[in-house]
Order: sequence, then C-alpha cells, then structure tokens
Amino acid sequence: MNDLKRILLSGDEAIALAARDAGVALGTGYPGTPSTEILEAFSAYGGRAQWSPNEKVALEVAIGAAFGGARAMATMKHVGLNVASDPLFTAAYTGVSGALVIVSADDPGMASSQNEQDNRRYAVAAGVPMLEPADSQEAYDFTLAAIEISERWKIPVLLRVTTRVCHSSTVVRPRGSNGEVPTPDFKRDIKGRVMIPAYARAAHRKLRQKLDEMQAWNESCSLNQVIPGSKLLGVITSGISHMHVREAAPEASVLKLGFTYPLAIKAIETFIKSVVRCVIIEEGDPYLVDAIRAAGLRVEAKPEMFRFGELDVARVRRILNYDLSPEPAKPPGKPPQLCDACQYRIVFDSLRKRDCIVAGDIGCYTLGVLQPFEAIDSCVCMGASLGVGLGLRHVLPTGQARRVVSVIGDSTFVHSGISGLVEMVYNPPSNGHVVIILDNATTAMTGHQEHPGTGRKLNHETTNRVVIEDLARAVGVRRVYVVEHRAGSDEFERLLIECLESDELSVIIARRPCILIAKQLRQYQQRCECDGHAATAAVASAVPAAAFT
Amino acid sequence: MNAITNIVVAGLGGQGVLRGTDILAEVALQAGYDVKKSEIKGMSQRGGSVTGDVRFGAQVFSPMVPTGEADFLLVLEPTQVEPNRQMLRSDGTLIAPDAIDAEDLPHKRTLNIALLGALSAHLPMSEEIWLEALRAGFEESFFAANQTAFLLGRNSAGKKLGQK
Repeated sequence: MNDLKRILLSGDEAIALAARDAGVALGTGYPGTPSTEILEAFSAYGGRAQWSPNEKVALEVAIGAAFGGARAMATMKHVGLNVASDPLFTAAYTGVSGALVIVSADDPGMASSQNEQDNRRYAVAAGVPMLEPADSQEAYDFTLAAIEISERWKIPVLLRVTTRVCHSSTVVRPRGSNGEVPTPDFKRDIKGRVMIPAYARAAHRKLRQKLDEMQAWNESCSLNQVIPGSKLLGVITSGISHMHVREAAPEASVLKLGFTYPLAIKAIETFIKSVVRCVIIEEGDPYLVDAIRAAGLRVEAKPEMFRFGELDVARVRRILNYDLSPEPAKPPGKPPQLCDACQYRIVFDSLRKRDCIVAGDIGCYTLGVLQPFEAIDSCVCMGASLGVGLGLRHVLPTGQARRVVSVIGDSTFVHSGISGLVEMVYNPPSNGHVVIILDNATTAMTGHQEHPGTGRKLNHETTNRVVIEDLARAVGVRRVYVVEHRAGSDEFERLLIECLESDELSVIIARRPCILIAKQLRQYQQRCECDGHAATAAVASAVPAAAFT
Repeated sequence: MNAITNIVVAGLGGQGVLRGTDILAEVALQAGYDVKKSEIKGMSQRGGSVTGDVRFGAQVFSPMVPTGEADFLLVLEPTQVEPNRQMLRSDGTLIAPDAIDAEDLPHKRTLNIALLGALSAHLPMSEEIWLEALRAGFEESFFAANQTAFLLGRNSAGKKLGQK
C-alpha cells in the first residue's frame, strides 16, 4: 500500500511492517530491549500480536500456529532465546507446515542487558537457517525472505538483529506482500511432529539434508552481496558491521553476508582468493572467523579487544590499521535510577536498614543496586531471585540465612518466578524464606507492556487476569500478604520483620502501580468498568477461588 | 566525496531528545536526503543520559556519528554538554540550552523544539518542511506553541549568524 513511498522506520518497525505485509497470522513474544517494539508495531499495523508469559511459551504458541499451516513470528531479546531454546532445538527437527520466523534481538555492548551473548551460535547449535539484516530496508526485505525460506524448506528461520539495527531508523521502501497467504489447515504428520526417539532419529537426518540444500542454495543467494573495490583489501562482514565498514574503508572490496547460516563457503572462498588481504569484521564472537577458518581458508580476525562492546566506524578503522592502542574511554553520562517518586524506594530503604541479603531479579528494581540503596546482592537472569535466594538460605549459617530475601517484579514473576515458588514449597529452607513481589501493574523497564497479571492484553484490552496472591496460595504458601505501602508508613517494614522472624515461607506482594503510567492505568480501569459485567464474570470464572484467606 | 551532515542531540530521559531526533530525521527525509537516526534508549526512561544521532546526505552508511565528527551538538540539559563535547568536530557548532532565553518559551517543555529551531538556521531545509514535520509529529493542540518555540530559536540563531 505504501509501495512508492520512502518512509523512516526503525529496524523493529520494519520487521513488523514486513510481517503485516506478508500476512503473518500471529506474532508472539515477551518484552525485552531491543525487541519490544516489533510486536507493538505489528499490533499497531493491524497484526495479531500477543505477549506470552515468557519466550518459551511464546515460541511454542508460534510453533503451534506454524504447525497449523499459518505464517507465525516469535520475537524476543537475545537472552529470551535461552528461555525458548528448548522448543527451538526440537522445532528444527519437526519443521513446520506454514512459516515460522524467530526474531532474536541481540544487545552487543549491553545497552540494556545482563550479558552480550552472540546468538548466531544458536543457529549453528540448533541447525536453523539465519538471516542478518544491516538496516531497516533489509530488516523488511529479510523478514519477507525468512518467510519464503521457512515455507520452502519447512523449517524455522532465525532472524538475528542487534540493538543498532532494531533502534536505528533508516529509509524503507516497502514492497508490499510476498504472494498469497496460506490458509491454516491441519494435516496429520505423526512421524514428522511427534519427536519420540524413533521418529526424531529420522527427523534429525532430514534436518541435516535440508541444511545441505540450503547451503547449496545460499552459494548464489541474493541476500549476500559483493561490493567491488580494491583488490588489496577485502572485508567479509554481516549485519550492522557492514555499514561501519563501508564508511571506514570505502575503497575496500566487501563481501556482505546476509544469509549467515549455513554459510556460502564456496562464495566466501572465491572472494578470499580475489583479494590480497582479507579481514573479517564482525561484532561479538568470532563466529564467521571460526567457521571460515574451519573450512581451511585464511582470513584475518579482529584482535580480542574488539570482542567486547559494539563496533563503530572508529573501531573498524583501528582493526583495519592494526591499531591496538588503548581506546579513549567515553565520559560517563548520568546513570539511570529509580524514579524520584518511585513507590518502591521505600522497599529498598527497608531492605537496607535490615541488612538483608537480597537475591534480585531483572527489571527497574535492579536499579536498587545503585546508590543510595546498594540493596541488591545478585542479579543473574529472569526469575533467578527465587532459586538463588533459596540456595543461599540452604547453605548459609543461620544468622545470615535468616536475612536472605528474594525480590522480583510482577512481570518477571509471571515470566519465570512461578517455578521458583514451587521449588520453595517443595524444598523449604529450615528457616523459611521471604519472597517480595513488587507488583507495579506493568512491565515497566521495557516501556510498560502488559502481562498476564495486569488482566490486559498487548493492545491493553481487558482479558483474564492471573492473580498473583491466589497463585501463591494455590502453590501452598501459607503466609501470603498484599501490602499497598505508602510513603511515611512503616507498614511494609513491619511486615518484612514479621516474615523474616517467622521462619516460615512468606510471600509479600507490595502493590503500587508504576507512577509513570498512573494516568493510563486509570483510563484502562474506566474502560474496563464500561465493558460491564461480562468481563468481570469472565475474570471470576478463570481465577480459582483462593485456597487460603 | 560523500558529504554527510552529522548531528548529535543529548539530554536526560524525559526531556524530548528522542522526539527531537524524530523530527530532525523526518525533515531530512522530506527534503529528499538519505537519512539515518540512531539512539540508545532502554534504560533512558529512568532519567539517565540519552543521546540520539542523526546523519543525512546523499548516502549514509553507519547510523552512528563517529566521535569527533559531529557538525552540530545540540544539548538540552547544561550538565550534558561536557560528557558529549568529544562528539563535536573541532570546528563544529554547539547549540546549548543558553542559546534560548527560557523566559521567552511558550512552555518549558518546548525547549527541544526551540533548540531545533536554532539548529535549523544552520541547515539547508526550508522552514516549510520543518513546520510541516512539527504539525505532523505532535497532537494538533501543541502546534501553536511548538511553532512559536521553533521560530524563536530559528530567528534568534539566524540573527546571530547574520552578525558574523
């Protein structure tokens, strides 16, 4: 519809628009920088987009949709793919009937993440084809290409993007749809879909055969390009690094790889032989270097100091000029902090005052680690606060063990804290444990997305609500408290002391909506009330009655 | 030589840095340039430092302005000048909040737009394109205040340029 128009889109928006144009029937995911805007934009463009409780469930729902013959997309940040890796590896075996695009948004440099893992390794480990766009036009085009490849080889495709591609806006000329959209229809394929060992053995062979075919196809694939230049310097690159290379070394011959697993090794060999010096410029791990050298080809790799952080034009110049001198440190900016009026400052004040040992989690409240609180002692991954807190309780001397608490947000709790709560009930530490769930009624850190505990869908329409306190009681926690703490009141602190001293398993839900969305929350509330009793009845029937009161 | 204009906008979360770069990039797009805009958000909502890069010209490759290559550094918050000064070319132009007399602003939240106005006096895009981007980029009720702020910045910078 915007065929001739030039528009500025972020990489995330471009993926969303392509998904809409390609007739993707369902987009699923869990919010995570820098991937969050993909599903939000897909929904805004009219696509059906859903937040799942976590990435594993999101990918499973998308797999189901693709088993049903639909075009489906699952989006997540890099660490989200760790959570979804279980279905990923076996979905590579089962393949799909429709199309399945899995978007992994990596964060080299950790603008907003706990690690800078390089998810290109997942394509190799799971055996799924991988495309890497370098700007928004490619994000659009490669999303369409990913759907074509997925349908042609009946396999999930990994679309691997990075923060700079997701959050940079560049000019896009949308090309419109890529053909007729298939109608979902269930076709029974027991041997292809039921991965008992007997069927999985055959499925694995089939997967390797598909990868061989794709590799051969990739040798002349238009997703890779050669930019001719000087024969003295050749660069092989992919993703955003390509853009830095073109600017840093406009004279170089460049092989820009777009389809980066399985690699077009023959095309790479031809390019290497065509130049005197050949350097691989890639962000993060030496993925291309390892694969190309393993094929017996000689290439230069970047020095180890450039494994860390993002690349940019200056760093690419350094790599090409063999410059190993120390890089200038960027002057520190102002770090983020808990909002001045954040309702959860009071919680960290109390934890600090009691000298608690705090197993923390992922969210705004991780900022409780910074001054003035310095009241978080660990942060590993989504949901880890429960397990880590329990492990500390199990081994520490009693005096220390009794000061351990787990602190987790509402969205993170639903994401992967529930299993930790089950663990707590099943293997209770001898002095009990205290779990504090900070329920601010939103996924705040990623930009205020809904989750199952808010009772609203991705587009903020009302749906069934998972009630955290009911869930905690149903799991078997007897001490479950909900406190709507207020500044100036010591209610929260008194409750914390009582729970710590009880030596029992306790869950404290500190419930105050995020101040940044107080106004929106009131609007949603009003809309919900206008919807009348139908919605209320649906919620009531979906939530089991509390086992304890 | 492929001439690229490099602009870095800096401030704190909530000041309108990203909205400012949105408008700037849209103006460059409408004027027919290739344009790229890059920003790091993520945790910026919690009041931390935010910067946005806009580059335009015949063909732009990297979306990030290389350190020391910004032609213009536009800063919305005085404390953010020093942390970002290294982005500016030695002969580049700094546009700091003191370029505008805050008393004259129709609303203090229009500072980003007034500073864009000051920047616009240095750039080749027409006033018409700028005003159209301001009209399209915000709710209609904000346009009058934004127009006033924009022209305030544009005219005051234009006068200073004229004096040189």
